[in-house]
Amino acid sequence: MVGWAIALHGGAGDIPMDLPDERRIPRETALRHCLDLGVSALKSGRHPLDVTELVVRELENHPDFNAGKGSVLTTQGTVEMEASIMDGKTKRCGAVSGLTTVVNPISVARLVMEKTPHIYLGFDGAQAFARAHGVETVESSHFITPENIARLKQAKEFNRVQLDYTAPTPNLPEVSGDSQIGTVGCVAVDSAGNLASATSTGGYVNKMVGRIGDTPVIGAGTYANHLCAVSATGKGEYIIRATVAREVAALMEYKGLSLTEAAAYAVEQSGPRGCCGLVAVSANGEVAMPYNTTGMFRACATEDGYTEVAIWPKN
Amino acid sequence: MVGWAIALHGGGGDIPLDLPDEKRIPREIALRHCLDLGVSALKSDKHPLDVTELVVRALENHPYFNAGKGSVLTAQGTVEMEASIMDGKTKSCGAVSGLTTVVNPVSLARLVMEKTPHIYLAFNAAEAFAREHGVETGESSYFITPENIARLKQAKELNRVQLDYTVPTPEIPGDSQIGTVGCVAVDRSGNLAAATSTGGYVNKMAGRIGDSPLIGAGTYANHICAVSATGIGEYIIRATLAKEVAALMEYKGLSLTEAAAYAVEQSGPRGTCGLVAVSANGEVAMPFNTNGMFRACATEDGYTEVAIWPKN
Repeated sequence: MVGWAIALHGGAGDIPMDLPDERRIPRETALRHCLDLGVSALKSGRHPLDVTELVVRELENHPDFNAGKGSVLTTQGTVEMEASIMDGKTKRCGAVSGLTTVVNPISVARLVMEKTPHIYLGFDGAQAFARAHGVETVESSHFITPENIARLKQAKEFNRVQLDYTAPTPNLPEVSGDSQIGTVGCVAVDSAGNLASATSTGGYVNKMVGRIGDTPVIGAGTYANHLCAVSATGKGEYIIRATVAREVAALMEYKGLSLTEAAAYAVEQSGPRGCCGLVAVSANGEVAMPYNTTGMFRACATEDGYTEVAIWPKN
Repeated sequence: MVGWAIALHGGGGDIPLDLPDEKRIPREIALRHCLDLGVSALKSDKHPLDVTELVVRALENHPYFNAGKGSVLTAQGTVEMEASIMDGKTKSCGAVSGLTTVVNPVSLARLVMEKTPHIYLAFNAAEAFAREHGVETGESSYFITPENIARLKQAKELNRVQLDYTVPTPEIPGDSQIGTVGCVAVDRSGNLAAATSTGGYVNKMAGRIGDSPLIGAGTYANHICAVSATGIGEYIIRATLAKEVAALMEYKGLSLTEAAAYAVEQSGPRGTCGLVAVSANGEVAMPFNTNGMFRACATEDGYTEVAIWPKN
């Protein structure tokens, strides 16, 4: 028996150090709240699959993170959400892409895992499946926030796809201190060493409609086996190429690295500075939260009483 | 400088040893033909990305393999095709899912890689992207073959999702010897590439995505090896099969042959998968834990092989 551990993120990116209080504090509060939910669940003996799902649902419901409500917009001004979840012990997993009206994409991913012979459903097929299972849906307007409409406008003006963290420009004072959001995710291990990982996102600001990122790709944005559980965030294309989440586990298993070493190395090797971060826990109850971006909204706790809520590197 | 090498597959599965000649011979001929195309291209110094794409296009065009024309049908009697391609040197990659009219899905995957800032496009948007780029499309009647209509009927009667290899029932003798297609290649400079394409599962749920478009599962290439997998997609995804071969080589120091065999063995129960792989050193491996795997390979030293079942 080892101690339980949990880590969660609200996205990595170019989070300005001078982020105004009115943007920083609600997010820190949300991270703390989600951490507390996850810790309570672990203390009550809930399985890590349940724990990671409920934490990610909570992050999806929070409008300041890029998942569920608050998802960034495609180039057509719509939301297309994706998510995945994985159980380390059995390696069972579920994934969805292209959801437009489902309130909690992570829960549909879990339903795919548990109610179908498949792993991954996308777009119309995923939406139909969600309806068939009576999953909660709402009008698209529920998901679209003023901040994301502004982000899309900004990105179009700059005619580029951007990660949703962007240092504010002088031309757009309305959105100063903007873009402090990203993918959300949670990893957890219980006292018996059961591991799980869950990740959810709206993707890239101004992304092409139909674009799939790393979040629903098992081995890229999400991975769990008997050694560790990993959830990644950042520029999806780098995370896919580097199979980041799987890389952490492979380094531990085949090269004998510790969780901390493997996680740090995987991030470092994934691409240039500014491309990604991840949260990971090991079967031994350890936690790692490396990133090569300016910051990463994150929180973690371990059974021995350690907790942390942070955005930038600790000095 | 090492020798070039190429390997390709037309799917692994429960291919009966008593497959009738009229079903076996056309497939062997097709494998030989695609191998020859790939070998010629390598001898002409074409880049492995070009080589794997043109070989997979040829496999997609052949109606007896489960990709492009000849794709198996969804529960709704439609085709939904997916593919991916990866360049080992740069790790650039492209993937598509949910295609219904694109004649060569692997080429669309390459276009995504080369013409967008993204890696993976799916469903309606992927079809729209194809049209914007003037990619060749066809009516569903082009893709749907009588054999696949029969397979779907059989699967519905048996009320189960099946891999497209199924021991034939008396009603459908000699059926279901098809699967995902793929190709891996390495040139004399050690440049590697992998490409995979499929119609997926017979009777799959509409919108179901398998391993073929998932980088690290059905397709993977880096500076050490290139891998294309085939079999039951759900096992291949859980095992991140293609990436596993590379990780075992890079982090555990296994040879290509050892890594490929181990990855297949560990991926799930017997009957779940196979793969083709080449290394930067010009080696080839084609392990499978199914009854058979339609496959072919060649290396610069003159070795060639076209086979279906294990060699005795």
